Amino acid sequence: MGSEGFQFTSPAEFAKEKVQAVQDYCLLAARSVANLFSTPRYTADTLQQADLIGVGSLPIVMLASFAIGFVLALQTANTLQRFGSLSMIGQLVSLSMVRELGPLISGLMVAGRNASGIASELGSMTVTEQIDAMRALGTDPTKKLVTPRVVSTVIMLFFLVIISDLMGLFGGSVVATVLLGLDARQYWTSAWDNLVFDDVVMGLIKPPVFGFIIATIGCFYGLTSRGGTQGVGRATTQAVVAASVLILSTDAVITRILMLSNVGLR
Amino acid sequence: MNGSLPKPASGTSASSSGEKVVLFDNVCLAFDENVVLDGVSFELAHGETKALFGVAGSGKSVILKLTLGLIKPDSGQIWVLGQEVSALREEDLFEVRRRVGMVFQESALFDSLTVRDNVAFRLIEEGQTPQEQIEDRVREALRFVELEHTMDMLPSELSGGMRRRVAIARAIITQPELLLYDSPTGGLDPITSTTIVELIVKQRDVYKSSALLVSHRLQDAFTMASHYFDRTTNAMRVVPPDARERIPMSFLLLRDGKVILDGSGHELAASRDDYIREYIS
Repeated sequence: MGSEGFQFTSPAEFAKEKVQAVQDYCLLAARSVANLFSTPRYTADTLQQADLIGVGSLPIVMLASFAIGFVLALQTANTLQRFGSLSMIGQLVSLSMVRELGPLISGLMVAGRNASGIASELGSMTVTEQIDAMRALGTDPTKKLVTPRVVSTVIMLFFLVIISDLMGLFGGSVVATVLLGLDARQYWTSAWDNLVFDDVVMGLIKPPVFGFIIATIGCFYGLTSRGGTQGVGRATTQAVVAASVLILSTDAVITRILMLSNVGLR
Repeated sequence: MNGSLPKPASGTSASSSGEKVVLFDNVCLAFDENVVLDGVSFELAHGETKALFGVAGSGKSVILKLTLGLIKPDSGQIWVLGQEVSALREEDLFEVRRRVGMVFQESALFDSLTVRDNVAFRLIEEGQTPQEQIEDRVREALRFVELEHTMDMLPSELSGGMRRRVAIARAIITQPELLLYDSPTGGLDPITSTTIVELIVKQRDVYKSSALLVSHRLQDAFTMASHYFDRTTNAMRVVPPDARERIPMSFLLLRDGKVILDGSGHELAASRDDYIREYIS
């Protein structure tokens, strides 16, 4: 299978490699943003990626969000009922979805679908020398390939999260009205009235950050993949794992920072 | 017939201007512990084709990538078309690369683009050529490699030899001053190889491009050194023995990261070095 075999590396060498990788990632991420301020701009490529990443991810994000809203309502109904607060189920689902679960579920779904897609596409181009060919033909791959993916993922994830929030609320409403016998109007009033501006801010600050992480991580692992098809497979897996871990940890950091700055502190 | 032969080497602009198309000066490069190039120096004159030889892993393809600035040397200087590419930033290298064409070992065609879009890639990216002119120039480049009928096909629908010819068309569409061929005949059957060699000779003799050619096949380079392209018959013809020195072709042989021979085909054939004799035998 063309395995390279296992090689022991010294701790110093290992640390050096990791620091180098972080540095390379930061440089790529910075260039993807800096490219926005220089020509050429690849609008057609950006729109194409927006279609692939945004519209393509819509079904899975809608399905996952509906399911999360559904089970969230189902799991909490029993506890709320015990305290006689079943009418608050709309508030619970809306706050959970808008502040936390909508961005997180959408981020993880898009990471699973698109960080892997980006890494495998660019990885295949790297190992078949198409990236080198692009550079040789006088085109900057970070402008042509990275920036359009970053821009489209950042923008599309923002809108996907809004749709995700709505689908989660809809999932909760199905449980509330069909299974728990609550009035639909009561559910939606409770969900809507209890949302404040800070909740929406907290929920919508996260998706652009997550989108940036997904696209840059996917591009980084793709462009640095080595070792033929096996290397592309490895890069794809690593991209999904790294993007997911970064999304989860960044989510915790952003939530904490926003709470410290009194945004979303209730 | 001899009127179509290339002009004597002494008349080339390289010799008269003194400026070389490519200049490697004591270039060293190692990947981890593996020393690939160890003090490599050579020059490529205007209109000259230099064939690079050496065993697998001797650094031939690395020299091409260094020439384009795709990788940087550990030490030494590399000058291409008057620019020191070893010292340029990636952003500044794109200007130099637009004047150079490269044919990659495995063609490296963009697999999601049609042959037309692959060949037109550089013109589209430069954004200075009207659409109808792009179409004409793509046709012209594909006609040069005799693949005009493949315009709307995807690279996956082409044979290995056809892909290599499309890669040549992509490299020459802007008529670059320097062409880099990385094993253009590698893995191809003898008939297709001859077709590719003929295209390289045609490019050399019709458009007077300078070129670095990496190859494993000595016979290809000897064919190039002993043939010229006759425009009247649109085919390669053997150069009379007394006119061989007029063919702008040289040979460079690498061994253990060092240049062990840099000279004409005659010098290569006349070498008394045991390693070289074994290599060419």
